[in-house]
Amino acid sequence: MNAIGAASSGGATAASDSSTTTKKNSKKPKYSRFTQQELPACKPILTPGLVITTFIVIGIIFIPVGLVSLFASEKVVEIVDRYDDGCVPRNYSNNKLAYIRSKLTDKSCTRTLNIVKPMKSPIYIYYQLDNFYQNHRRYVKSRSDKQLRSKKGESETKLCDPEGVSANGPIVPCGLIAWSLFNDTYKFKVKNKVLEVNKKNIAWKSDKSKKFGSDVYPKNFQSGGLIGGGQLNSSIPLSEQENLIVWMRTAALPTFRKLYGKIEEDLQANQQITVVIQNNYNTYSFGGKKKLVLSTTTWIGGKNDFLGIAYVTVGGLCLFFAISFILLYVVKPRPLGDPSYLSWNRNPAGHLN
Amino acid sequence: MAQEGKGRVLLSKLYSFACFRCTAGEEHARIGQKGYSRVVYCNDPDNPEAIRLKYRGNYVSTTKYTLANFIPKSLFEQFRRVANIYFLVVAFVSFSPLAPYSAPSVLLPLIIVIGATMAKEGVEDWRRRKQDIEANNREVQVYDRNHSFRESKWKNLRVGDLVKVQKNEYFPADMLLLSSSYEDGVCYVDTMNLDGETNLKLKHALEVTAPLKDEESFKKFRAEIKCEDPNEHLYSFVGTLYLDGNQYSLCLQRILLRDSKLKNTDYIYGVVIFTGHDTKVMQNATDPPSKRTKIERRMDKIIYVLFSTLITISFTGSLFFGIQTKRDISGQKYRRWYLRPDDATVFFDPRRAALAAFFHFLTGLMLYGYLIPISLYVSIEIVKVLQSIFINQDQEMYYEETDKPAHARTSNLNEELGQVAAILSDKTGTLTCNSMEFVKCSIAGTAYGLGMTEVEIALAKRRGKLPLVIDGSSCDVPTPSDDAIGAGKTIKGFNFRDERIMNGRWVHEPHSDVIQKFFRVLALCHTVIPNKDSKSKEVSYESESPDEAAFVTAAKELGFDFVRRTQTSIEIHEFDCTTHKRVARVYELLHVLEFNSSRKRMSVIVRNPENQLLLLSKGADSVMFERLSEHGREFEAHTKEQISCYSEAGLRTLVIAYRELGEDEYEKWEKEFLEAKNFVGADRDAMMQAAAENIERNLVLLGATAVEDKLQKGVPECINKLAGARIKIWILTGDKMETAINIGYACSLLREKMKKIIITLDLPEIVALEKQGDKQAIAKASLESVREQIKEGKHHIRKEIAVEFGLIIDGKSLTFALDKSVKKSFLKLAMNCASVICCRSSPKQKALVTRLVKVEADKTTLAIGDGANDVGMLQEADIGVGISGVEGMQAVMASDFAIAQFRFLERLLLVHGHWCYRRIAMMICYFFYKNITFGFTLFWFEAYASFSGQPAYNDWYMSCYNVFFTSLPVIALGIFDQDVSARLCLECPLLYQEGVHNVLFKWVRILGWMFNGVLSSIIIFFFTTRSLASQAFRKDGKVADYSVLGVTMYSCVVWAVNCQMALSINYFTWIQHLFIWGSIIFWYIFLVVYGFLPSTISTTAHKVLVEACAPSILYWLVTLVVVISATLPYFSCRAFQTRFLPMIHDYIQRLHLDGSEHEVNRELLKLVGSKLDRLLTRSRQRKS
Repeated sequence: MNAIGAASSGGATAASDSSTTTKKNSKKPKYSRFTQQELPACKPILTPGLVITTFIVIGIIFIPVGLVSLFASEKVVEIVDRYDDGCVPRNYSNNKLAYIRSKLTDKSCTRTLNIVKPMKSPIYIYYQLDNFYQNHRRYVKSRSDKQLRSKKGESETKLCDPEGVSANGPIVPCGLIAWSLFNDTYKFKVKNKVLEVNKKNIAWKSDKSKKFGSDVYPKNFQSGGLIGGGQLNSSIPLSEQENLIVWMRTAALPTFRKLYGKIEEDLQANQQITVVIQNNYNTYSFGGKKKLVLSTTTWIGGKNDFLGIAYVTVGGLCLFFAISFILLYVVKPRPLGDPSYLSWNRNPAGHLN
Repeated sequence: MAQEGKGRVLLSKLYSFACFRCTAGEEHARIGQKGYSRVVYCNDPDNPEAIRLKYRGNYVSTTKYTLANFIPKSLFEQFRRVANIYFLVVAFVSFSPLAPYSAPSVLLPLIIVIGATMAKEGVEDWRRRKQDIEANNREVQVYDRNHSFRESKWKNLRVGDLVKVQKNEYFPADMLLLSSSYEDGVCYVDTMNLDGETNLKLKHALEVTAPLKDEESFKKFRAEIKCEDPNEHLYSFVGTLYLDGNQYSLCLQRILLRDSKLKNTDYIYGVVIFTGHDTKVMQNATDPPSKRTKIERRMDKIIYVLFSTLITISFTGSLFFGIQTKRDISGQKYRRWYLRPDDATVFFDPRRAALAAFFHFLTGLMLYGYLIPISLYVSIEIVKVLQSIFINQDQEMYYEETDKPAHARTSNLNEELGQVAAILSDKTGTLTCNSMEFVKCSIAGTAYGLGMTEVEIALAKRRGKLPLVIDGSSCDVPTPSDDAIGAGKTIKGFNFRDERIMNGRWVHEPHSDVIQKFFRVLALCHTVIPNKDSKSKEVSYESESPDEAAFVTAAKELGFDFVRRTQTSIEIHEFDCTTHKRVARVYELLHVLEFNSSRKRMSVIVRNPENQLLLLSKGADSVMFERLSEHGREFEAHTKEQISCYSEAGLRTLVIAYRELGEDEYEKWEKEFLEAKNFVGADRDAMMQAAAENIERNLVLLGATAVEDKLQKGVPECINKLAGARIKIWILTGDKMETAINIGYACSLLREKMKKIIITLDLPEIVALEKQGDKQAIAKASLESVREQIKEGKHHIRKEIAVEFGLIIDGKSLTFALDKSVKKSFLKLAMNCASVICCRSSPKQKALVTRLVKVEADKTTLAIGDGANDVGMLQEADIGVGISGVEGMQAVMASDFAIAQFRFLERLLLVHGHWCYRRIAMMICYFFYKNITFGFTLFWFEAYASFSGQPAYNDWYMSCYNVFFTSLPVIALGIFDQDVSARLCLECPLLYQEGVHNVLFKWVRILGWMFNGVLSSIIIFFFTTRSLASQAFRKDGKVADYSVLGVTMYSCVVWAVNCQMALSINYFTWIQHLFIWGSIIFWYIFLVVYGFLPSTISTTAHKVLVEACAPSILYWLVTLVVVISATLPYFSCRAFQTRFLPMIHDYIQRLHLDGSEHEVNRELLKLVGSKLDRLLTRSRQRKS
């Protein structure tokens, strides 16, 4: 019966094809591979061969990539120093908040870092904050791109409340982000020799040229009742205040690092670096940690093993799948034409009985 | 034409019975009351009363919208959908500070989506409008104040206008027929557009108005019509004409309805009664019941599931947000001082944390709104429209002969075509061609006609014989010789082959005189009107029933050529045995005693050229045999035998007889008859029938005719295929049980190995009861008997598990089987039978059975039919398929799909249905997958942003997600995907069961896809955040901030979602490649272009790809690992499932792949089929 059906439908096509030319104006649908849904197509079917090949190929590509990434990450030298606790004098250790808020206390603090491995320049200096929600909706929105962009937009402070306007006029730069500018500072010394910290070119070029205007100068900044974070030099245009620019590029997650500067000198192993920190920034009220990070980079960026591990794991998993599929096929080869595994057959729920 | 062709025929003379008489019934008494209050002043436009009445004009508009109300009304239609309302509310709220994103980014996709739907509506309505304009501007001749007929447009027509309509023109409004080109004011009307019947209907003017023939005579014509108000009843009209102080009652026979066509009549005059929307046809044009598919209904449920998910996660979010916010101030201490909790707006105020949490809940609803795919409805609609274009364009569903392609009249039922569990089919015109063919006859006890009917072929096959070799033992049919079959051209209505009597050889037959008389009766006893084509000189016949035309054609082919009918005579050209020439013989036509359903016969009384008076009669065997005279029964036994043979072969039979009348007898009878005819009163009809009865007796039997209603081409194969797909097929027919069973065999609905279960009330005890006439007792006994028979049938089925069953039930039993107490068990029985035939069923029963299957069995039903009597069934069923064949448009108008031939159903269901089902199911699953993937990444991000409602992505990325980056591939999936090719769909009809069992849209599968979405979102979010974490992400020491993370995550989502699509597609044409990879590429293009806009517009996206991400190797590596990991679960599951738990399509795909290499697939498929059979039976066994 199958044969008859196929033959008759085939015949119909042939017959109708020939009549197309003779009959004009007929309502006969025009033939095209498109309208007849016969476009040439590739029909991928998950055959055992294809499945196993795919798994193996993924495995073969992923594991080396993962290993290379791990190796690259391994090459990065990273020194992390948490100083938020250590930099509070012992007598304030029960009331860190009072210490940080007081204008009278001495905020400077000296830390010593050990260089375990040689570090090639440039060495990037980061500060890392923890539990700091720079991605909070209220915080993220609290800025005025127009104001930052050019002098003309100085009074565009609609989005910046409550740090939009001071008694003397609009605040430049306005908003919570700028207001809460990070203001700890670090000074590095090796064997009493000052290590120069280059704070130029730590921000994105487009930020400097397109987002922050060169004719916009800080105005009325941190002049209100509540002082948030750092001060700005009002004689330098915003486009050159790179620490502000970096800060205003908000972080995505509550734990984040931001670039503080670069040391453009190689550091030797077993060297000791003395860091003088001005511990000004209040993370104590929300229990956030502060860390100082020195790190080199490679092609993959900073130190992070996750990507390498992910690649190796996924690659390994694929190889595992490939092997288990091969085993399954070897152990349980399925004779062609055995329909007893048709899944719907097991559940003839639609049958009315 | 009429004058030259057939002279002036007073057709009223042909019809002696009640056809034209309007009896003043009860309803006429109600004229003037409520519902019967219309007053029409004919030809009196200046009458103040007429002006006061202000009836509607003849302007017609079938559009859904007007120019003025299009915007509000179509918007209203759009926002009746829950999801759209949600998005509208979101759009409004997005202007408030509650919104997590900017208002335009929400509005734009909504506008695009709504706009696309509205545009679709608009285009559809525009098409309707064009039709309206065409109709409104048609020309018609209207009698004007200058007393002449002038061309005017239809739309300018007023109630009361006098109108002249020419031959082959449509009537512009419902009109009263005043007069026609015929003297007695009759006209022929073709009502195909109204009820789909192609035969011509006779309309008849009142005798008083019939003489009004020219412009002069209308000058003084003034009349008043009082009639019913506009209503939708096509078959009734109640009214009274007041003319010159007299009253004339009007009925439907006087009324010409709009959209019917004047035929065979040169012109008519009429007066307009109903115009425009008041006309019956417009009143009938109610919207067909809107049908929704199962998938759509389930989709609504999924949307509710998503809404609850949305509410749950928003609630969770706002709970955490509330807690976090409240903790920001404790006494004088500000925890997160950088948020200025001391000076916060109400949305973030820690002192009113509960309120802030509530507002945040609203924000959450908007933010996670991406769980609900805004473009789902519009995409589905687009897809369905395109799918139906494919159906319309399918060449293999195009029927050459009538030049009709398949036509999907509604696009929203496409996928339901793939889920049909039961087909309910009409017989005549659906399975058969509804064109009668004269195939056999029995004359003087000898059977003539060698053609095999399809039923006979099937019968022969059933008896295990080759179709063409039958011995004559059962029915006395000699084996046909080849030349007899091959010779001769095909003539419509004639399929008779017998060398013995064709080409004039009948003169050599033993009973040649009887043969001559027989064909004379066929040539004379009818009401057919010959229509001579002025060019080709060919005579065509216009008849009320196709049977009659077949008889006249047969007579003509055998040498008794009916050429002309006049008022009083019939002329036939026939072969003279003595002179061997064709001579014209004119018979004087004295009376026609026409056919009606109670008489079941018709007769004519003629005077032949030899001046003999003859009564020629034809009729059903049941009434004819009892009217034979003693000496007229010579051939009775043989004829009866042959008649039963014929009806077994599925043919319609009529008995032919005649009688010679004596002059005296005739005169006496005529007097009596005319008396009855002229009698005025209620008994007139009865009197006339009695009179007719008096003369129609003592007949001499000549023979019997057998007419075949041929099965359409390919019907048995198609039914076989559909049965192979395990679709239950029910035939609902008006035929007798024997005929129905034989047709059942012929179209292979009943097969030899099947067991028949017959439920009938034709039992001795019931018949005995009927004779007693106690209706209650009959009903009770019948019900009991039906119940008993059903029980018995079920018992049979339970006992014999391996056998297929066919159920046959007659109309009377069906009435009882549909009784509340029995119907469930009847249905159970019926559903366990492979095929069901309901004989003698009325249109209402058809609809009731359909509803029973649809509602009680909860199966998707498809009804297929071609006539007006199937409309109820078509509208009741989940899908109505109309056959756009001979019977015209009524069924097609009520249908959802129209095809030209029954056999196209196979392709419509097995190929298009299966594909559409699969596509839509996949498409919806995928839609939810992609939106859940996207929506949940937002949620995970929230968890890391203290649930403040900050979206992870730039506003515009988000709003483009549904519209630009993911919509086209899914639409392509919905339009083009095919799991297996059309050929394989047809070869392996079992595949269709996937739809019937709804395998692809089970909750498990839907939830599986949703889970897959959640899994993907987890993989995407955590892999990206962990990889980019806090360290530098490129060599220059820069760290990944909010904008970089957003772009990376979003890239991963776009990649993952599109690759997932690539994995789930079965059919990759260049279109799929273009859309899938194009969407991904478009995302990058978008990012570059958007990034180059000034920073105030592009905000976080400013140069983010070019400057930050693209140069970073990490970014690309993350994308790769995330995409592979996110698609890996699906890929592994599929790989496992295709191999170890294959679905039918997997199985077929694999077989096909292997088969093309080893060339064994067809064999294998058969093997699979039979194995599946066994498995199914076993599962049935287990269940019962």
